[in-house]
Amino acid sequence: MKTTISITALALLLLSGCGDKPQGLGGIKSDNAPYTGVGTSQYVTPGWKAGDKTSWERQLRTRAQGQNDYATAN
Amino acid sequence: MARMKFICDAERCIECNGCVTACKNEHEVPWGVNRRRVITLNDGIPGEKSISVACMHCSDAPCMAVCPVNCFYRTDEGVVLHDKDVCIGCGYCSYACPFGAPQFPSQGTFGVRGKMDKCTFCAGGPEDNGSQAEFEKYGRNRLAEGKLPACAEMCSTKALIAGDGDVVADIFRNRVLKRGKGAELWGWQSAYGTKSGNTGSPAVKPAAKVGAPS
Repeated sequence: MKTTISITALALLLLSGCGDKPQGLGGIKSDNAPYTGVGTSQYVTPGWKAGDKTSWERQLRTRAQGQNDYATAN
Repeated sequence: MARMKFICDAERCIECNGCVTACKNEHEVPWGVNRRRVITLNDGIPGEKSISVACMHCSDAPCMAVCPVNCFYRTDEGVVLHDKDVCIGCGYCSYACPFGAPQFPSQGTFGVRGKMDKCTFCAGGPEDNGSQAEFEKYGRNRLAEGKLPACAEMCSTKALIAGDGDVVADIFRNRVLKRGKGAELWGWQSAYGTKSGNTGSPAVKPAAKVGAPS
């Protein structure tokens, strides 16, 4: 009897850790890269292709030159 | 592509607050939260300068380092974003940030403050690009629309410029060389400088020396 109780208690002790629910944070959801675009939207600027990183980078570089008034005025 | 950066040219900023208005309008930022604001240095003293300040998306962001729940992440473009579903509103980031960028929609401690809100470089958040959920939590995702941040694009004097770090540094460098002064960039050392002594600023030689007899 004592042996059975001891074995049961030992088993419960050893297995107690297995019943823990994960307590970690959900973490950050994966974020879509901006060059993948927003799908069809009237606000998307023309001149680049969604999903094409190179064309997106080119589009942003071209657009950034709109802030260069030396380039636009001269 | 290099990383995304902001430059505010104190020689050009006229304190019109157009950037602040553009940001609030574009993202429908709630009352009491200012993702961007204009501050004036030496206000009232001749030679005062104004600069537009928001999250600078630092290279080694202190907010990321102190966040107890690790809600921040950095995109491939170097934009520092956060997940509002993970944020607990503790406010540690606001103490760590040298620019006062993190904003909270209400007063109080921990959850009472609400989720932290800050400039996203118009890059939204972890929700699907362009989705309603993303807009409601983080505002418009202009980068995914092929645009640059609204504050910079709306700036009437082009004091605030945003985009690829190399491109904006070139624009600023050219500007300083033409006008011959105002090479100082407020906040760049704090945001993009490194411990190895790199100032993070675009290398600009004083224009007075350009073309001067040697």
